[in-house]
Amino acid sequence: MYDFQYLRPATVDEASRVLATQPDARPMSGGMSLLPATKQRLSHWSAIVDLGGVAGLDEIRMEHGALVIGARARHVSVLSSSVVRAAIPALAELAEGIGDPLVRNRGTIGGSVANADPAADYPAALLGLGATVVTNHREIAADDLFTGLFETALEAGEIITAVRFPVPKRAAYAKYRHPASRYAVVGAFVAETAEGVRVAVTGAASHVFRVPAFETALSKSLSQDALVGVTPAYGDLNADLFASSEYRAHVIGEMVRRAVQACLHPSTPSRNA
Amino acid sequence: MPLVTMTVNGTAVSAEVEARTLLAEFLRNDLEMTGTHVGCDTTQCGCCTVHLDGVGVKSCTVLAVACQGAQVLTIEGLATGDALHPMQAAFREHHGLQCGFCTPGMIMSALDMVRRKGHDLDERLVRHELEGNICRCTGYHNIVKAIQAGASAMKGA
Ligand SMILES: Cc1cc2nc3c(=O)[nH]c(=O)nc-3n(C[C@H](O)[C@H](O)[C@H](O)COP(=O)(O)OP(=O)(O)OC[C@H]3O[C@@H](n4cnc5c(N)ncnc54)[C@H](O)[C@@H]3O)c2cc1C
Ligand code: FES
Ligand code: FES
Repeated sequence: MYDFQYLRPATVDEASRVLATQPDARPMSGGMSLLPATKQRLSHWSAIVDLGGVAGLDEIRMEHGALVIGARARHVSVLSSSVVRAAIPALAELAEGIGDPLVRNRGTIGGSVANADPAADYPAALLGLGATVVTNHREIAADDLFTGLFETALEAGEIITAVRFPVPKRAAYAKYRHPASRYAVVGAFVAETAEGVRVAVTGAASHVFRVPAFETALSKSLSQDALVGVTPAYGDLNADLFASSEYRAHVIGEMVRRAVQACLHPSTPSRNA
Repeated sequence: MPLVTMTVNGTAVSAEVEARTLLAEFLRNDLEMTGTHVGCDTTQCGCCTVHLDGVGVKSCTVLAVACQGAQVLTIEGLATGDALHPMQAAFREHHGLQCGFCTPGMIMSALDMVRRKGHDLDERLVRHELEGNICRCTGYHNIVKAIQAGASAMKGA
């Protein structure tokens, strides 16, 4: 790792000021993506701004009927939170499937969302549930946040403080995970919301995306039968040594089917072991 | 260089370190406590597992400077004199190691598992919870048995 300055501000404003004046400074939350990437010497930071000194960023609570999760809430806190389990159990289950227990002890929702890894799990939940990302400057709809490979609409100095999730009628996440990396080869989040069914897919393209053809079909009837004969046309799907794009297209359909099944019968396992 | 002070296995330590120093490097190079191993560059193997303020972490992916004021427990802090910790004793009893490279991480991770999941651990759960620790020798079978036995031995301890 190249050396950098280490800063640990006590407030979001202070952190944001440093980040706004130093274009090569980066915020750090759990460090579970930032530090492995920095170790590869692909990037050189002037400063790492540790958000660990900012109090109150890890709260999980209900607010006006929505579930609000602070940016520094760790994966382990989300998976074990009774508030999350009561409001959106699918989100707790998703957190339980991230990486391994030691990664979950450190990694946070804000870091995962800001990182926008094409194979990360949380982005599927944000897009599938129609969540809102709260930053120190504004609120951004999940639909507008994920713009490309590791790219978001966040600006320099903009810090995620929380994610707000509307509570769906039902939701489930199904993940076909890579056995070594544990990231999603394909993951599908299906949610029945007041405005209809939303389907978000991660792992399959440069960034998380929705599948309108499945949404239309499932909004008429949330059932596996509704999926029969629906063959969405995808743009560029990822192809790598784990899965060709044709295979990924097939697995998307299968993960959506499993997520629908898990919505209807919440006790069915939706994760490969 | 920033000065960092923390408590390692009950002893206060402090040193000037570069900001980029990882907790694993601090333990191994500055404190010369080489029980904590480093087996990968990608935060996947778990050989470097220690407890930071009571919670299992991969010390290769934590900055030493971020541990200012923290309590750190490493494999060296488990035994009392010559008496092994019950989890260490269980690894010996059940042949839970061959080359031993992964063992410090396995044991620290096992103790985090007991903290989170209690003393009665079924095989499936142990295998699932061990996802962050890689062993190239044993095939895991005896590690799983050792962790189950160690966890239940700790109940009496
Ligand atoms: C072995 C391993 C397995 C993993 N498996 C999975 C998996 O299966 N699924 C999955 O989804 N993820 C996985 N991850 C990634 C993990 O979930 C990370 O915790 C997560 O991606 C990043 O969260 P963090 O808090 O550690 O962020 P950090 O690493 O601290 O930061 C990540 C990025 O976000 C920026 N950032 C952090 N916080 C903020 C903020 N509040 N506002 C703005 N920008 C911010 C940082 O500058 C950096 O660019 C894995 C990681 C490892 C090491
Ligand atoms: S050395 Fe830390 S996970 Fe491999
Ligand atoms: S005993 Fe050799 S790596 Fe586990």
